[in-house]
Amino acid sequence: MSSTVSASSKPRRGAGSANLMYVPALLFVAAFVFYPFFRGIFISFTNWNGYSARYRMVGFEQYRTMFGDPNVINTILNTFVYGLGSTLFQTVFGLALALFLDGGTKPRSVVRTIVYLPVIISPLIMGYIWYFFFRYSGGAVNDVMNLLGAESVDWLADGHRAVWIIMLINSYQFVGVSMVMFLAGLQSISPTYNEAALIDGASAPRRFFSVTVPLLTPAFASSVVFNVIGGMKLFDVIVATTNGGPGYASMSLSTMMYDLYFSKQNAGYAAALGILMFAIIVALSVGLLAFFRRREVEA
Amino acid sequence: MTKKLLRSAGLVLVGLVYLVPLYVLVSMTLKPSALGVSIWSPPKSLYLVNFANAWGKAHLLTALFNNAVITLASLILIVLVGSLASYPLARYPTALNRFVAGLLVSCLVVPPLAVLVPLYKTVVDLRGLNSYWAIIMILVSFQLPLCVYLYTNFIRSIPSELDEAARLDGCGHARLFVRVIFPLLKPITSSIVILCGILIWNDYQFSVFFLQKREVQTISVALSQFVSQYQNDINLVAAGCLIGIFPLTIMYLCLQRYFIKGLADGAVKG
Repeated sequence: MSSTVSASSKPRRGAGSANLMYVPALLFVAAFVFYPFFRGIFISFTNWNGYSARYRMVGFEQYRTMFGDPNVINTILNTFVYGLGSTLFQTVFGLALALFLDGGTKPRSVVRTIVYLPVIISPLIMGYIWYFFFRYSGGAVNDVMNLLGAESVDWLADGHRAVWIIMLINSYQFVGVSMVMFLAGLQSISPTYNEAALIDGASAPRRFFSVTVPLLTPAFASSVVFNVIGGMKLFDVIVATTNGGPGYASMSLSTMMYDLYFSKQNAGYAAALGILMFAIIVALSVGLLAFFRRREVEA
Repeated sequence: MTKKLLRSAGLVLVGLVYLVPLYVLVSMTLKPSALGVSIWSPPKSLYLVNFANAWGKAHLLTALFNNAVITLASLILIVLVGSLASYPLARYPTALNRFVAGLLVSCLVVPPLAVLVPLYKTVVDLRGLNSYWAIIMILVSFQLPLCVYLYTNFIRSIPSELDEAARLDGCGHARLFVRVIFPLLKPITSSIVILCGILIWNDYQFSVFFLQKREVQTISVALSQFVSQYQNDINLVAAGCLIGIFPLTIMYLCLQRYFIKGLADGAVKG
């Protein structure tokens, strides 16, 4: 032990048995994340139906079919609406709410609590609650329309409209997460910057865009990356409102994979779609992180 | 003065936007039938039959019990396995350990449903369908990366003089971890418990595949079946949903401060 006295300033010596401590974590992840992931790549090169013991290697066949399948193309576009649309909404409204609700007064903190409440509610149940609003007969929205003398609208029957409604439900539910990120960002900005800008005669909008916004870059980064990844994976809300319908019109990659595997017995195709989804999310998160890292240096 | 008035009006408006859905849910639940009455009209009496019926017909007691078992077991595993793994990764950043840390954290970008097909096949092979242990293992595996990330960052902020003093006193890694490090992790552990607890409690994307039998179903899965079965009795369905969001809502209102801190800690993972 005597040699450790001089080495003690560099605790990286003598890891030895300590490294055993991460073995359980590695086993978990290896068994339930990495192994399925690589097995998924393999399955995506087969025509496996999901249950039979027989399958054939088909090479890139599934991927070729995928890019010629109008349902898949539409689903990819939907997934981007869910991912990027929610991100835009949540970031803009999250920042607006943070600016509006920042501060210690009681009413503001009560409203903050209320805005944050949906974050802990199951997204599936949140989807059902909004389904009660957009249902055709007896829905809360049509109820108001009828009261105003307008005809009932079948809100979720139109695929395009359904996609936007679902995107808005997801944004509504999780805007509180972005709000909290921006609130934390605002509280970390020292008031001296704004005071200095004020002395220099900068107007309020100028102070906001030239001082506050650049200093909020880390909050923007968290909000964007968190919401893009969350939105691209959207599943529960879609199941609760349209179940991907009508037809494939409001599917996301997640719900389409579920449908292909469990309803259409097309496991090979579903696996290929999974790999595509993985590739899209990795590319997006790497790109976004690089983008924000560059900005942070400039700020 | 007008500015103050506008501000108050704004506060009320934002509050209403978030309370109206809850109002609609409660008012549906307290009405015997959806026919002939506006969904918006306040309930005339305290009609609780929907609650009682939903509670029984959706098998919510079993579901609640399953939720409790699965969430509790997962959280214990996540905290134990996660904190244990983070100690060497934070304290001995050798090339190997940096690689291991990178490997674990890289799982964060694997979308859970992207591996659905092989994962389902693997669970079937292991005879884990409709079992507590399989869903627990899966939920733990997909929460561990974030948990390890948060723990490693936190351990790095603990001065290493503490470890060194303990090492000099002849403390081994195991004792050092149990006696010195783990007790210091309380703040981040509470954040992890809240963050992962909510995600696991509300999980639907895994549970719907791996918990198909009624005896093992959680609230989300039980409710989704209940909703498709009783779609024509929408007020009954609403009662089920209200019961479903009840436990976490009460916890949130009681432990607000911890909830917001926990979720904020987890959210800055970018």
